[in-house]
Amino acid sequence: MPVNFTLNGQPQTVDADPATPLLWVLRDHLQLTGTKYGCGIAQCGACTVHLNGQPVRSCSLPVSAVAGQQVATIEGVDSPAAKALQKAWEDLAVYQCGYCQSGQLMSAINLLEKKPQPTDADIDQYMSGNICRCATYTRIRAGIKHAASELAVEVKA
Amino acid sequence: MNQSLSLSRRLFLVRGAQATAGLTLGLALSGRVLAADGYSGATTKSVEQGLEANAFVSLTPDNRVIITMKHMEMGQGTYTGLSTIVAEELDAAWEQVEVVAAPADVERYKNTIVGMQITGGSTAIANSWTQMREAGAAVRQMLLAAASAEWKVPVAELTAKAGEVIHTPSGRRATFGALSAAAAAQPVPDKVTLKDPKDFTLVGKQMLQRKDVGKTDGSAIFTLDVYWPEMLTAVVAHPPTFGGKLKSVDATAARAMPGVEAVLEIPSGVAVLGKTFWQAEQARKALKIEWDAGNWADQSSEKLIAEYRALAQKPGAEARSEGDAAGILASSDKVLEAEYVVPFLAHAAMEPMNCVLQKTADGVELWYGCQAQTLDQKNVAAVFGLTPDKVKINTLYAGGSFGRRATFDGNYVTETAEIAKAYGKPVPIKLVWTREDDTRDGRYRPLYVHRVEAVLDDKGSISAWRQRVVGQSIMGLEPQVVDRTTVEGLRNIPYAIPHLRIESLNTSLPVAPHWWRSVGSTHNAFAIECFMDELAHKAGRDPVEMRLEMLKDHPRHSAVLQLAADKSGWGKPLPEGHFQGIAVHESFSSYVAQVAEIARQKNGKFKVVKVVCAVDCGIAVNPDVIRAQMEGGIGFGLSPLMYSAITIVDGRAVEGNFDGYRVIRMSDMPAVEVHIVPSAEPPTGVGEPGTPVIAPAVANALFAATGKRFRTLPIGADYFV
Ligand code: FES
Ligand code: FES
Repeated sequence: MPVNFTLNGQPQTVDADPATPLLWVLRDHLQLTGTKYGCGIAQCGACTVHLNGQPVRSCSLPVSAVAGQQVATIEGVDSPAAKALQKAWEDLAVYQCGYCQSGQLMSAINLLEKKPQPTDADIDQYMSGNICRCATYTRIRAGIKHAASELAVEVKA
Repeated sequence: MNQSLSLSRRLFLVRGAQATAGLTLGLALSGRVLAADGYSGATTKSVEQGLEANAFVSLTPDNRVIITMKHMEMGQGTYTGLSTIVAEELDAAWEQVEVVAAPADVERYKNTIVGMQITGGSTAIANSWTQMREAGAAVRQMLLAAASAEWKVPVAELTAKAGEVIHTPSGRRATFGALSAAAAAQPVPDKVTLKDPKDFTLVGKQMLQRKDVGKTDGSAIFTLDVYWPEMLTAVVAHPPTFGGKLKSVDATAARAMPGVEAVLEIPSGVAVLGKTFWQAEQARKALKIEWDAGNWADQSSEKLIAEYRALAQKPGAEARSEGDAAGILASSDKVLEAEYVVPFLAHAAMEPMNCVLQKTADGVELWYGCQAQTLDQKNVAAVFGLTPDKVKINTLYAGGSFGRRATFDGNYVTETAEIAKAYGKPVPIKLVWTREDDTRDGRYRPLYVHRVEAVLDDKGSISAWRQRVVGQSIMGLEPQVVDRTTVEGLRNIPYAIPHLRIESLNTSLPVAPHWWRSVGSTHNAFAIECFMDELAHKAGRDPVEMRLEMLKDHPRHSAVLQLAADKSGWGKPLPEGHFQGIAVHESFSSYVAQVAEIARQKNGKFKVVKVVCAVDCGIAVNPDVIRAQMEGGIGFGLSPLMYSAITIVDGRAVEGNFDGYRVIRMSDMPAVEVHIVPSAEPPTGVGEPGTPVIAPAVANALFAATGKRFRTLPIGADYFV
């Protein structure tokens, strides 16, 4: 049965079993591969996307649940926070294998959009749902702070 | 939406349709799809009219320098490291350097330390240092020779800098790209002059942008991201017990499910082929399988530990012996003794194991994060009855490995080949393991028990030390044969101890043992460095002072130990509720010392708040990559110290996913400060040496805080927030 939703600002129709997790619809049906599989049980955050602006674990969300809603993936983000974070990730060489980083960025984008000047405790709270087996955590923290200060300068200027 | 990305992805798919006709394109380029106008060639023959000076460097007329990576990128920064070395001797501009993964070709791309094409053992930089320097220098010489011929000036008046050849007297200059065709006509020199290290401009530079690109916008291509037309996804039901076998399968219901193409019996279990992962996975759940549990069905970690403890009471194979440790221990009435127990550990790379394979007209082609090209070629060839050269491997980025992806028998790669063979039709097949498949496959860092005994003399020095380690031999050796991987970091214990005896005993189990980031050092450093701390306290001595006295013949150990102590303020007063612990260890010829600082929290548990790390890895090729590997290595080592264990009950692994196999998260990660010892020694690896030091450092800090010794890992959530 076709499911209609908005994906990265464009209308999208997918003909899939409605129980199929959004993650596998994005990947196997739409070949939008930036969103990763890491656990399938909402434990690791590799599959994080935005649903109506909120981070959700797409591995644990049946596609039927996004009918009529707005979905954004790493391929579609372009807010100032997203750009500042992507740049910080490059400038500070945050990533290692990179496999978790789409999910890390999707969580971090949401954090900065909610809390433009996050504390360490905010970062712990927003980011602890995203596992990084390469343990790039110190740089993710630094990257978020770096992006936050760049954005603050932009706002002032 | 990023237009160029979607465009290039489409291009990739269109080209993909022709892949069987031999056009294997952009994907080969370090796993990243390039710009829309396309990168037209595969790996080495890619450059029209340009220069392919040797197996490692190509120049293009449009002024790109393409460096072939014989080592795979799994996050450890190899692409950046190897590029730095070539670009240094070539005098390329960093921005013009691109990388491409080498094809499987053992003659050209072997790891010169191991003798086959493989990435591991923290050897990438060490075995490539001279080779990459020479490759870069050779091309530089050819560029100078070309300019000399074209401009009719002596080579001695020419220099190269940041991607240009410059004639100093006249100021005339040309880019590498402009000279690439002329340079290609020059003979490849058989002798090259390498730079004096004091003239390095890239090696040792603090921060170079990484060369494994595409990792912040979702465009990097991992194995899971490969989609070929007609491709089927395979999942496999494996026996739930180690040593178990398939008895019978009823696939009637599974076969009738939507999208299911085939259900196949293969040597490792029952494979389901579906149009999508989700369809294949649903069908797998509908299989009715009877398993033969094998003869390990009542085995457990608990029983194994009891067995190993008994075995540790008896002599093992001698790995090292000096003086008469047995005699001293027997005649002393003050023998200090400790037993250390570490569990099975899964690697839990962020990307579970997976592989894409397609049968072609005269062989097979694969796309995946290959870590051991030569072994995998051999294993896949054996399945199909081919010669290894008929197995073409496209090495992609790997979503972590930590040793997991390099196996002797091919494991998941061989499984993919078995599925393709059983299916028969020449369509691409992507094997996808779920997290549970990955976690329960085995290939664990083995469970080990250490028994250590020592005697302190009247002056508080260690006069005798005997250590026995019991556990599986990764190399599959007989019980009383010393396996180097079991005793690495132990046999070469650096402390001056007059009576020293190291023994090991190998066990053999149906769960496959495997190398896990820093291998033997994972457990040996823990046992040695915790016991050293214990003995120092028993002797009433400072753990740093005592170690330094025993490391007189090991200046590199001493230097990192001293540096970590100095930078961490070792011995100075700490804030209320803060405690420090220290450890030092050499692995893969790199030396690391760490001071861990823990802080008591309101709930009485602890948080590791800071780690000061000193490292000596010879010449620091990329200081930032070294820092990153120390940070990541520490984080990786914290998980098994705090939480991670695979527990065997009834012959199977209890933990299957991150809910049970717990690993550290953002809130567990300490701040890390890395200090690199300046050195002129040849560079050594950094992928693994940061990992083994953190567990003993934290365990020793916990002793300082609680007065308790922690000799069994993981320490667990009772102690950590
Ligand atoms: S794959 Fe969705 S949270 Fe791990
Ligand atoms: S960068 Fe490898 S898992 Fe995060």
